Amino acid sequence: MLLRPTNEDLRTIAYYIGRLIVALGIIFIIPLLTAVIFGEWDLAADFLIGMLASIFIGLLLQKLFPASRDMNWSQGLAVTSISWLVAMFLGAIPLVLSGHYGSYLDACFDAMSGFATTGLALIQNLDHAANSLNMWRHLMMFLGGQGIVVIGLTFLVKGTAGAYRMYVGEAREEKVLPNVIQTARFIWMVSLTYLVFGTILLGIIGILEGMPVIRSFLHGLWVFMAAFDTGGFTPHSQSILYYHSFPYEIVTIVLMVMGTLNFSLHYALWSRNFKELFKNIETRTLFISLTVLFLIGTVGLTQLSTYPNWFAHLRKGFYQFISAHSGTGFMTIYAPQFPNEWGFLALLAIVLAMAFGGSACSTAGGIKALRIGLFFKSLLQDVKRIMRPGSAIVVEKFHHIKTIMIEDRLVRSAFVILICYVMTYLLGTIVGLFYGYPLDKASFESVSAAANVGLSTGITAPAMPTGLKVTYIIQMWLGRLEFMSIFVLIGLAIARFTGAKGRSQ
Amino acid sequence: MRITNKQDTRYKQFQIWLLVIIWSLYLGNCIFAAVPSTELVDNAEKYDGQVIEYQGEAIGDIMNRRNHAWINVNDGGRAIGIFSDKNLSDQIKKTGSYNQIGDTVKIIGIFNRSCADHGGDLDIHARELYIVQGGHKVEHPVNQGKLVIAGLLFLGVLATLIIPAAIDRFSS
Repeated sequence: MLLRPTNEDLRTIAYYIGRLIVALGIIFIIPLLTAVIFGEWDLAADFLIGMLASIFIGLLLQKLFPASRDMNWSQGLAVTSISWLVAMFLGAIPLVLSGHYGSYLDACFDAMSGFATTGLALIQNLDHAANSLNMWRHLMMFLGGQGIVVIGLTFLVKGTAGAYRMYVGEAREEKVLPNVIQTARFIWMVSLTYLVFGTILLGIIGILEGMPVIRSFLHGLWVFMAAFDTGGFTPHSQSILYYHSFPYEIVTIVLMVMGTLNFSLHYALWSRNFKELFKNIETRTLFISLTVLFLIGTVGLTQLSTYPNWFAHLRKGFYQFISAHSGTGFMTIYAPQFPNEWGFLALLAIVLAMAFGGSACSTAGGIKALRIGLFFKSLLQDVKRIMRPGSAIVVEKFHHIKTIMIEDRLVRSAFVILICYVMTYLLGTIVGLFYGYPLDKASFESVSAAANVGLSTGITAPAMPTGLKVTYIIQMWLGRLEFMSIFVLIGLAIARFTGAKGRSQ
Repeated sequence: MRITNKQDTRYKQFQIWLLVIIWSLYLGNCIFAAVPSTELVDNAEKYDGQVIEYQGEAIGDIMNRRNHAWINVNDGGRAIGIFSDKNLSDQIKKTGSYNQIGDTVKIIGIFNRSCADHGGDLDIHARELYIVQGGHKVEHPVNQGKLVIAGLLFLGVLATLIIPAAIDRFSS
């Protein structure tokens, strides 16, 4: 029986959403400063409006709905899921004011795509976008990759049990460190350290490849944010193809791989536990999956002689596969080349790579390597159980930071999320088919949106139907938060009208 | 009516000239009419290895690589990478960015669906490059309406901070 949320429950939810919105508002200062530095005064006004609107709404919520209680599970999860929607609406304000979007919905699409680290974009005339606008687009990815709640936990919210519940709602079940605030700060420390090195490296390559110094480092910063946070936005419409640079592609491959690794694994590596890299079920699953899918893709591309030589084949093929599997969405080919030149087999392999996704507790989306690995391990366990005598006890283990025994509870929770992803992929495909797109394109784009990848066959464009834009926004939101917090939000909404009266714990 | 041999020869000459003119116009149209980027990308196989004309705005950076340079040219549909000799790319003075519209350039060159020299890139190797129209600066004046909205929001923030504090003080 569902308990009807009380007014106090709703007040608590509104209060904590207010706190997170204020944190978001403060972050607008970064693109605002960028606009001031580069003399982009019109955009400075846009970011000032975004910042003040966020702080005003955040403060208003806190003043109107003061709460002193800590959050329970349903409140924590509801705060997270609503915060992501509110962040989309507020983050879209400077985007739509910039004049690069056909409508507020298009701006919301890009804001959700940014926060959810997807990378599908409806921006128009990107090649004439201002530095501050690009800063905000990429910053949204960086913030979304770490998690909007993680930002709040780092700066504004106390490390209570309720804070942990919000953190879990953001698809982060693992605490890297015992305390959730320490975990949030560790995530920031890792990301900012890599950000410094990644930006310098990409900046130097940019200079060597013929770009002016300031633009090299700006592009380095933006491309780093999009690569490490497996986002996929780029400052130019040609994605990574703009640079025509093999070294640039190599560095972004390394960053995409680092971004797709679990933050717990990063912690193990920072603690000099390098063996973990080879023992971990996620890295093993990712390696096997990428190898098998790339081989299937290679067969498909070779059959069609898509590329003129092996170097071109490896450079183009491997890059798109890493980009797909890591959930980044960087491209070194044009969107129509997927359906026109890649053929069915290679396209199927890349759709599967997108669907599988990266690691849990990383910036990547998709089903996640941990769940795929667990699924195959439990399958193996069942086969062994059938083949051995009835009295035999079959124990299967896997290694993820520590050795864990496979239990039905674990397999069940992994399977539930796996099925949710598959259903979301299917529903998005059906909506695409409804609007008249062919199956290959509709399924490709749907998986790309729900797994927060960002590769496209060309469907995602300002002229695409409104219904499809809304569908992809919902898919990106669901995929990034991994369903549960959104299901709880829906449950709370239903319980508000149909639930029994009582006090939620 | 009898047609003399002289008339017959003139008529044949006229037919040949007419054919030559029509054929030249057709060829000229086929080869040297600017092909849009969407057509090039969507039907890359058809144009692969052919000499084509492409026209658009030079955007972003001109990236010099020894004696050559990469230019990205956007015709309003998509941007395509142009690989050219440095002496050709040196003609470009302005490239498109937030503050300016770049030079409009016309390129005649070989289109590659998947360039063997450049790791499979879809690109154009320029043989000729002409500046069709020079670029220019773009002004972005600050919208006064936006400043008014920002001012109102600022007042709103102040009010949410000050009014509750004032009420607390008054009631105490």
